[in-house]
Amino acid sequence: MSRKSSPFANLFLFIIFFVLYAPIFYLIFYSFNSGGTMSGFEGFTLDWYKELFSDTRLLIIVLNTVVIALLSALISTIIGVFGAIGIREMKRKRNQNSILGLNNVLIVSPDVIIGASFLILFTMAGIQLGFYSVLLSHIAFSIPIVVLMVLPKLMEMSPSLIDAAHDLGASRWNVLTKVILPYITPGIFAGFFMALTYSLDDFAVTFFVTGNGFSTLSVEIYSLARQGISLNINALSALIFLVTVVLVIVYYYISRRAGNQGMGGMRR
Amino acid sequence: MENKVTRNLYMIPYALWIIFFVIAPILLVVYYSFLDIEGNFSLVNYQNFFTSTYLQMTLSSFWYAFLITAISLLVAYPTALFLTRTKHKQLWLLLIIVPSWINLLLKAYAFIGIFGTYGAANNFLEFLGIGSQQILFTDFSFVFVSVYIFIPFMILPIFNALESLNPTLLDAANDLGASKWTTFRRVVFPLTIDGVKSGCQVVFIPALSLFMLTRLIAGNRVITLGTAIEQHFLVTQDWGMGSTIAVFLIIIMFVIISLTGIRKRGA
Amino acid sequence: MKNLIQAFLAVLVVSIICLIAINRLNASAGYSGTNTLTVYNWGDYIDEEVIDQFEEETGITVIYETFDSNEAMMTKIQQGGTTYDVAVPSEYMIQKMIEEDLLIELDHSKLPNLKNIDERFMDLSFDPGNKFSVPYFWGTVGIVFNTKMLPDMDFKSWEDLWHPELKNDILLVDGAREVIGMGLNSLGYSLNDTNKDHLQEAQDKLNTLTPNIKAIVGDENKLLMANGEAPVALVWSGDASEIMFENEDLDYSVPEEGSNLWFDNMVIPKTAKNIEGAHQFINFMLDAEVAAQNTEYVSYSTPNKEALKYMPEEMVNDERFYPSPELTDKLEVYDNLGKKNLAYYNELFLEFKMYRK
Repeated sequence: MSRKSSPFANLFLFIIFFVLYAPIFYLIFYSFNSGGTMSGFEGFTLDWYKELFSDTRLLIIVLNTVVIALLSALISTIIGVFGAIGIREMKRKRNQNSILGLNNVLIVSPDVIIGASFLILFTMAGIQLGFYSVLLSHIAFSIPIVVLMVLPKLMEMSPSLIDAAHDLGASRWNVLTKVILPYITPGIFAGFFMALTYSLDDFAVTFFVTGNGFSTLSVEIYSLARQGISLNINALSALIFLVTVVLVIVYYYISRRAGNQGMGGMRR
Repeated sequence: MENKVTRNLYMIPYALWIIFFVIAPILLVVYYSFLDIEGNFSLVNYQNFFTSTYLQMTLSSFWYAFLITAISLLVAYPTALFLTRTKHKQLWLLLIIVPSWINLLLKAYAFIGIFGTYGAANNFLEFLGIGSQQILFTDFSFVFVSVYIFIPFMILPIFNALESLNPTLLDAANDLGASKWTTFRRVVFPLTIDGVKSGCQVVFIPALSLFMLTRLIAGNRVITLGTAIEQHFLVTQDWGMGSTIAVFLIIIMFVIISLTGIRKRGA
Repeated sequence: MKNLIQAFLAVLVVSIICLIAINRLNASAGYSGTNTLTVYNWGDYIDEEVIDQFEEETGITVIYETFDSNEAMMTKIQQGGTTYDVAVPSEYMIQKMIEEDLLIELDHSKLPNLKNIDERFMDLSFDPGNKFSVPYFWGTVGIVFNTKMLPDMDFKSWEDLWHPELKNDILLVDGAREVIGMGLNSLGYSLNDTNKDHLQEAQDKLNTLTPNIKAIVGDENKLLMANGEAPVALVWSGDASEIMFENEDLDYSVPEEGSNLWFDNMVIPKTAKNIEGAHQFINFMLDAEVAAQNTEYVSYSTPNKEALKYMPEEMVNDERFYPSPELTDKLEVYDNLGKKNLAYYNELFLEFKMYRK
């Protein structure tokens, strides 16, 4: 296996990226359409962008979405990582599998069911619907994906590594921070990013557990569907996309400059 | 300090999560599955599930989830492999995830435009001389868009598994005169199998209960268990039947987990 | 480990900055004040200028929340934990909500503008005497078709859909009542028929339509029709007017055998906190000029007969969206058939969808 990339590999990657970004460029393209819909490009305009910046409500919704996504991904990553470590330390394979089964229940359940049952639980517990109920739900449905992303990394760690550290007199805390966490860092980042994806994409669960004026972008977009989605949503997506890409690239180069290996240590 | 209590302290949030957000909802769902549409206790939902309509639906859900997982894997593995050889691999990997942060409904609308009769895909086919085809509302477009959505979930674990491969192993295989294909089959793939498994789980399990795309992209030509649950909860308001289907989904998932379950390395 | 801590802190800092920004914006928009009114409506189903006007006149800050289906909205209101002051459900859902005791009786003395509503749309079966609801918009179910692609057809009858030339041409809407109702109407039965033989007959008839059906879709039908993806679609009139605005080749027809007449009405849910403000809001929306402005924005049919005077003539005289009383007499409002019958409708519809495979 050569470590160099071949022309075939480059072509393959090019096609993958092309397909992944095609619908997004399609959305961005129509955000400049003066025609008002995503069919038939009539002329160039920046009106949709102007409309966007005058809409305080939409701005609040975007910020809500970002906060919920970041915080829920962060917290679920922490809980999920410790959960995964716990699963690894279980002695019996059968117990591991049954915990893993429970772990995956929320992944296999359709969103409506999760949303409806969380709603019932929150009202039973007397939690007011709004920011916290949405945050809690997003943490809840992101934890399993984090566990699934972290677990394979943990499983491939040889137990002798940890035993050796223990033998050398390392405390549990030291074993965790000096041995385990550095080893599974790529899995942790993968879990965080997938949790982010889950949170940003979720509509049904958020819909059920939100209230008191709190809304996220997905809920807003889905409820617009009956009237037809206006192009300022396209403009908004274009901006979010642009900002995200810039942030990702800047972050990448800063962390490299700072001497870290790659993307915030996606590598060991 | 090293007693059992502190040892398991860090597991508490995860355990609480399992109790309140997994077991409690399961109990609710199981409870609802025994209620008929009038709210009386009965087994009628389970009887209904074993009729040809729902069994057929289960079969087709499985078939599509299998297709989606298999194709995702076929596309994701080489992608992950080639990515590990690029210069700024971490950056490229992140750029694979970024598209999944744009709202799904919007992307589905974009696909409707691209795959439409007068869309870009058909223009391209015309250009090739194949001529315009019905792409939207076919099995092809459904599987294509589903794979599109799930592919980052497959690439990530495989990429991480490939990254932790020890390069000296490959060199050793090379030195021993193994061909590229043999090295892949005998060394690379077996060592990344955990990543592949994890990828397949995070694709197959949610693919079983896909719903929105079945309408948006397949025009309801594909009916899955997810669609049916959605209908029962939001249209019929027959939460009992919806829950019954969910119970079966959960059981199916447990079976899959125990079949593809964890094997301990180095033990 | 250093990387992890760095990333952790970065995420935390960004979140806190966003939270501060949200607080600032909320305060500047007045959303965190005490004198607020929460309106629960379909997305983009109101002219925001009308809301601004209301806020200016009354000093109440309106919080606008949205839903995308009647059933989901009802679940939210039923479970509580929210404080919606005004909601806008469709007629069959209002009947259900009345039965479930989820609505507050309206105080007609606080709604003087109620006189503006056309008599035809008052006192209907789903809410006798308008005790709980006031009409917001109304419409029909019919067929939208592309006159350029189908120059010879007018779709005055449901039977036209079965025309062999329309192979793989029709988009249906993903609703059991609408599709089964179409089958019933085409056979001359009532939309609210619960006779199992009639329903079976309707399903058999629908099965013969299978070759002509291109897809069964939801709200994306507007996009598909505007794109010229299909020449014929079964739609709600509100969608039709929207699509026709985008694509001039399209026309709309309500078949003469009869069809559905639907309403979206304003109600005050039991969860309301600001009942006084809710009445003020409803009365404000019933004002002739306000209703006219709102109708021009939303482009659905208004039940407000006084508002018609303030609207452009070509809109008011459009028989397709403001049909004559002769036609509206033939239209039926959906009755709440009860859970059992509704489940049966859905089962038939599901079988019909599976039959297409």
